This record gives sequence, C-alpha cells and structure tokens, in this order.
Amino acid sequence: MASFYELTAYELHSMLQNGDITAEELIYSLFDRIQKTETKIKAYITLLKENAINQARLLDKKLRNSNFFGILAGIPIAIKDNICTKNIRTTCSSKMLDNYVPPYNATVIERILAEGGIIIGKTNMDEFAMGTTTESSYYQITHNPWSLEHVPGGSSGGSAAAVAADETILALGSDTGGSIRCPASFCNITGIKVSYGSISRYGLISYACSLEQIGPLTKDVRDCALLLNVLVGRDPYDSTTLNRPKIDFLATLDEDIKGLRIGIPKEFMGTGTAEAVSKAVWNAVHLLESFGVTYDEISIPLIDYAVPCYYIIAMSEASSNLARYDGIRYGYRVEKDEGEWNEIFAEDRLAFGPEVRRRIMLGTYALSAGYYDMYYLKALKVRTLLRNQFEAQFKSYDIILGPTMPTTPFKIGEMISDPLAMYRTDIDTVAANVTGLPAISIPCGFSDGLPIGLQLIGNSLQEELLLRVAYKFQQETDYHKKKPPIGG
Amino acid sequence: MHITKDQVEHIAWLARIKLTEEEKENYTKLFNDILDYFRKIDEVDTSNIDYTFHGVDIKNVFRDDTIRPSLPKEDIFKNVPKRKDNFVKAPRMV
Repeated sequence: MASFYELTAYELHSMLQNGDITAEELIYSLFDRIQKTETKIKAYITLLKENAINQARLLDKKLRNSNFFGILAGIPIAIKDNICTKNIRTTCSSKMLDNYVPPYNATVIERILAEGGIIIGKTNMDEFAMGTTTESSYYQITHNPWSLEHVPGGSSGGSAAAVAADETILALGSDTGGSIRCPASFCNITGIKVSYGSISRYGLISYACSLEQIGPLTKDVRDCALLLNVLVGRDPYDSTTLNRPKIDFLATLDEDIKGLRIGIPKEFMGTGTAEAVSKAVWNAVHLLESFGVTYDEISIPLIDYAVPCYYIIAMSEASSNLARYDGIRYGYRVEKDEGEWNEIFAEDRLAFGPEVRRRIMLGTYALSAGYYDMYYLKALKVRTLLRNQFEAQFKSYDIILGPTMPTTPFKIGEMISDPLAMYRTDIDTVAANVTGLPAISIPCGFSDGLPIGLQLIGNSLQEELLLRVAYKFQQETDYHKKKPPIGG
Repeated sequence: MHITKDQVEHIAWLARIKLTEEEKENYTKLFNDILDYFRKIDEVDTSNIDYTFHGVDIKNVFRDDTIRPSLPKEDIFKNVPKRKDNFVKAPRMV
C-alpha cells in the first residue's frame, strides 16, 4: 500500500471521512517525508509543523464530535509565498518583504480554512513572481524533483516541486504569464489558470493585476477540480471577481468528450519547440482522437506577438504596483534616519533583486511621457486583436491545444543570465493571460527522464470542459502517476 | 538605439532605483535588446482598434457603503519599520 503522503486529496478525503486515517497521522506522514527530501528539493521558505499538528488535532476532535466535514477537512496544502497568510510570514521571496507578517488572510486562505484545509508551509518562488525558473528567489534555488540539476520552472516552482516530491498533497500558486502551468509542466503535475476574475486576488501580492490569477497545483485533474470547488467564486473584496453560478467541477468530470473539436495553432509548434515536445504533444492529440475528438491544424498569427505584448503590459503594471514599496509602512527600511524622502526611498528599494528592478524600470519607461503610446497603448491594442483571433477560433473549436513549454526543464543557471532568452520561452503560456482565457497543463510524456506538459486552452468560463478532457486523458494514461526518482 | 544611458538614469530616478555606473552601462545595453524585441509589435496593424485593459469586460462595481470593523491598529503597526507613538515615522519630505 502507498504511504499516506503519496495519495491524492480525493482519496484521502474518503479515508479521513471513514476514519481509516486521522488528520494528525496524515500530517506526521507528510512531515516525515519532508524531512527526508526537502534538503534536496528546497521547496519551502517556511514550514509550519507545530501549527499544522495543532490544527490537525483540533480538526480530528471536531470531526469526531460534529457533522462537519469540509471539502478539504484534514488535507494538507502548501501556499505560494505571495499569498497573504495571517500571522505567517509572507516574503514574496524578496528581501523587501523578508520580515513581513500579514495581519490578514487572502480570501483563498479563508476559503481553504473554512473547508478544513491545513496549511503546512509557504513555498519558494521567483522574487515577486517575476521569472520562469524560481532562481530569482532571495532565499534559495528550488531543485526539480525529476533531476536536481534542473529548475522546477516558475514562478510557482516551490509549490510545483513540493507536489511532485510528495511534500504536500495540494498547493496553491499564481499565474501571471504561465507561473502555474510552466512549473506544472516541468515537474510533471497538473495546474490550471482559470478564466480571469474566477478566483479572488484579494491578499495576493500584486505583480500585474489584469493578468494574474491564483490557482491549484495538484497531483491529478480530479484534485484540481476538487480544489477549484473551494476557490472559485465572487469576492466583495475583489471587484474584478465575476458572479459565476456555483459550479461543482467534480460532477462533470466523467461526461463524454466525443465529438469535441480541437484546434492546434501552428504558432504553438514553431521552430523553438523541441522535437521531443512536439512528438509528445502529437501523441496526445492522436490519443484524444481515439476518444472521438477531431482536430485541425490552425493558425492564430498574433500568438507570435503575444510575448512582447505580455511583457509590456506586465512590466507597466508592475512598475505601478511595486511603487508601494517605500519602506515606510512595511517592508525593508534602511537603518539611517538622516536624509530626505527620495533618497531613503531609493535606498530602501535596493532590497529588490535584479529582475524586479529591470521590470520596474522597463515598465516605468513604457509608461513614461513620449513612449506611452508606442509601447503600453500599442500593446493594449494588440491584446484586443489577440482576443479577437482566439474568439474567432472558438466559433469552430472547443479547445485550443499545444505544448505548455517549448522545451523540457532548463539546467539550473542556463537561463538566468539571459533575460530575453528566458522571456521567449513563455511563448505558449502568455496568450491565456493576455486574453483572460482558462488554460490547464497536464503531463504528457518524458524526454531523457524530464517531463513534458500538454496545454489545453478553453473559451472564457469553460474550465469544466478543460477538466473533462484532461481527466479523460489521465484515465487513459499514467504519466501523471509516475514518481520522480528522488527516493527518501 | 531605443534608449540612451541618460534615459536609463532618468527612468531609474523616476522608479526610485539606485544604479551604480556599471549597472547603468549594462542596463543600457540590455534594455536596448529588450526594447528592440518589444518593438516587434509595430508590425501589427492596430488602426481603429480599441484598447483592452482587462481579460474580461468589467464595468464599475459598486457596493453599499456600510460600516464594518477594520483591522486593529496594533496589528498594522507590527509591520511598520519606524514608529513614534501612534504615528508612522517617515523621512523628511523637504
């Protein structure tokens, strides 16, 4: 029998409900696992063992003495360190927020706690979620469980590595330009970015408001659906959340996918795509075809402009969002008291790492007088056209399919010194953020022992359809069940 | 050339980011490469096209202005680097 820590939330839910296992036993099982593997992986910035054990004990008592059985009752979950957790340090992997302890919970945290979920730690990430490798963290480099010399992807690399290494059951990440899907692809797990406005961003430390969504990183599609049941919904604290009717994402997983139409843009399979990746993606397409799905090769020409469009918008929004870090009300503050505001302000902001500084400065430039039209406004118009081209394709197709990342994981150190080369690797993921469309990444193969991810993009609010196709794929394949060779 | 070293200095000042001489040189080269890549979007014909600010159309969202408790003052002060009595201490403005 598998160890408790290897199981999914869905499996553990019924075991906990039947009394086959207690929440406390599960927490101990996980922390034993973490002790064995975390020195190699370095997924966590903060571990909350005592906290988690106490919470598990309270919950076990509550489960015995009441009818309470929340969707996540007793299920351990790891949280990306840019999501505010009350009285638990939240660093954004930045020296700037090294000592920041939020006085409130993000809405997603309140929702998880209300369903009985147990937060076991805060995970490593690229500083302020700006990166594709998790190497820009102020604290540590997270290692890919499939090969310790490779990156886990980013920016939610800690969350993805923790799930892949069985150091948590569930995890939360955030996705601004692929930051959930990229590490899901690189670590051989499942991750979804929902339609913009579906999950509250209240308490998510802002990078680029119009692009980002919080979302699940899980061992399989069923757990993804389970966690979405908790996360999705309107929040009065986030005016950009939509009033979506209550959806049970688990209920429709089993429905037939026969007759669905898939479009495969040639722009997703361009010259930068590794041969092994396109081969794995085509194998996946042919498998889906055998379930009665049809496909066509199509073209969405503006995908070729999605990366510059995305970076102009993301950097512009970042320069505005990160202006709040002045070291006055919270965050890093230099010791000295002498000196005037601007001088001290600029010294406090030396606490930002190089990539964050670059994006703030380029964003400032793109928004500055004389260049605003040329960069920012132009990008917003390209955004409109990109949306239009996707919308046009959704008249003929239910799903747009491609790889999640053009390659398997990079070696540690391979990309970090060449920002532009790194930006270009976001070619397959950013379109979903620029357009606000939902997109899921699931495992679809390996090359030299390194994982490959398949990406499905749906029309707005069509998460159920994405999950259904992905679920069918996982029922007929076992890529997602493979465990990395880290031992422990 | 999209951006000069003087302009890099200027945007660093606007963004309140201090740069060393070496960083100014490096950023000038890097920013030119990146901006060169960004300008690829010039190829797209966007005449008569509207802006999209958000992935979804969002109009103003209003709510009733009801009173509800805010966070306790002491909880907020826990993160304040410098404090004097019940004030947040900031550097001199002028």
